[in-house]
Amino acid sequence: MAKIITVTSGKGGVGKTTTTAAIGAALAKTGDRVAVVDFDVGLRNLDLVMGAERRVVYDLVNVVQGDAKLQQALIKDKRVDTLFLLPASQTRDKDALTEEGVDTVIAQLRDQFDWVICDSPAGIERGATLAMRHADIAIVVTNPEVSSVRDSDRIVGILDAKTLKAIRGETVDKRLLLTRYDPARAARGDMLKTEDVLEILSIPLLGIIPESGDVLKASNLGVPVSINDPASPPARAYMDAARRLKGEDVAVQVPTERRGGLLGKFLRRAA
Amino acid sequence: MKLWGRLFSPASAPEARERLQILLSHERQILGSGDDLLSVLREDILAAVAKRVTCEREAVKVRLERGSPLSILEIEVEIRGNDLTAKAA
Repeated sequence: MAKIITVTSGKGGVGKTTTTAAIGAALAKTGDRVAVVDFDVGLRNLDLVMGAERRVVYDLVNVVQGDAKLQQALIKDKRVDTLFLLPASQTRDKDALTEEGVDTVIAQLRDQFDWVICDSPAGIERGATLAMRHADIAIVVTNPEVSSVRDSDRIVGILDAKTLKAIRGETVDKRLLLTRYDPARAARGDMLKTEDVLEILSIPLLGIIPESGDVLKASNLGVPVSINDPASPPARAYMDAARRLKGEDVAVQVPTERRGGLLGKFLRRAA
Repeated sequence: MKLWGRLFSPASAPEARERLQILLSHERQILGSGDDLLSVLREDILAAVAKRVTCEREAVKVRLERGSPLSILEIEVEIRGNDLTAKAA
């Protein structure tokens, strides 16, 4: 029986798709069977970030509407053989997904995998509430910036009201993933501190992903950042987050400034 | 001058934190209690109407549109047929 994770944020562009691909690949690397599901109907991108855009034949809407079987739509990853992608459709029909349809697909996925990771569209409309409907765990992706924190606060409220767990009177396990964390700006006092964001949103911390060129590089190549260059800082941070999801006790590292630039050169020379 | 300004400009993060705390405590109040307010109003209206006229629970619809300077509270009560004779009090 799979655990269902929904990657959500309210705000767009904070790193939901990157996170879905990275956490999915990281969990699959440990041998678990993982399905990543793109709920962003109309604006699919998870296929591209995972380098599977040319292998899409059927999609989530085809399965929901009964035009294809789940097995026909699932795309097996070429690098990690326990990782599968269920792509979103590009239809412009907003009502292509129904609650009943999603319920059926998730029930099938639950039986076949250890983890099902749902990549939510931005916003708080139907697509986002459908993506979070079955969540056991919600990863709330947040940038240390005012508008992102505000939107995450809204999403936390919606997770407590509209998910099946909330309706049954249970609570969704919500975890904060702070992304695009810039150590240099943090050092200057020009970025919300991790403690500030944690205090404001009052949900536990899953991890801190540093702002890094490695993220863009990996998406250019169509490889989840966690497995593209496993030694890179964002890959390590995602790997640690995946281990925490599996229940391991891994201390959170606050990214620190790597001494690049002029000052770094000077300091290295002086040393 | 630019460099001077940069070196001595105060950190902006504390202000971000303060603005967020004020804003969110306000928003949580409105958004958090919004649904509750409507369901409480709905129950009150249902009770008041049912005292005089036969009406079903689903027949009472309450909508609230928040706006500035005006908010609109819309109440719609559907009653079957034309049975609008007052019940005995």
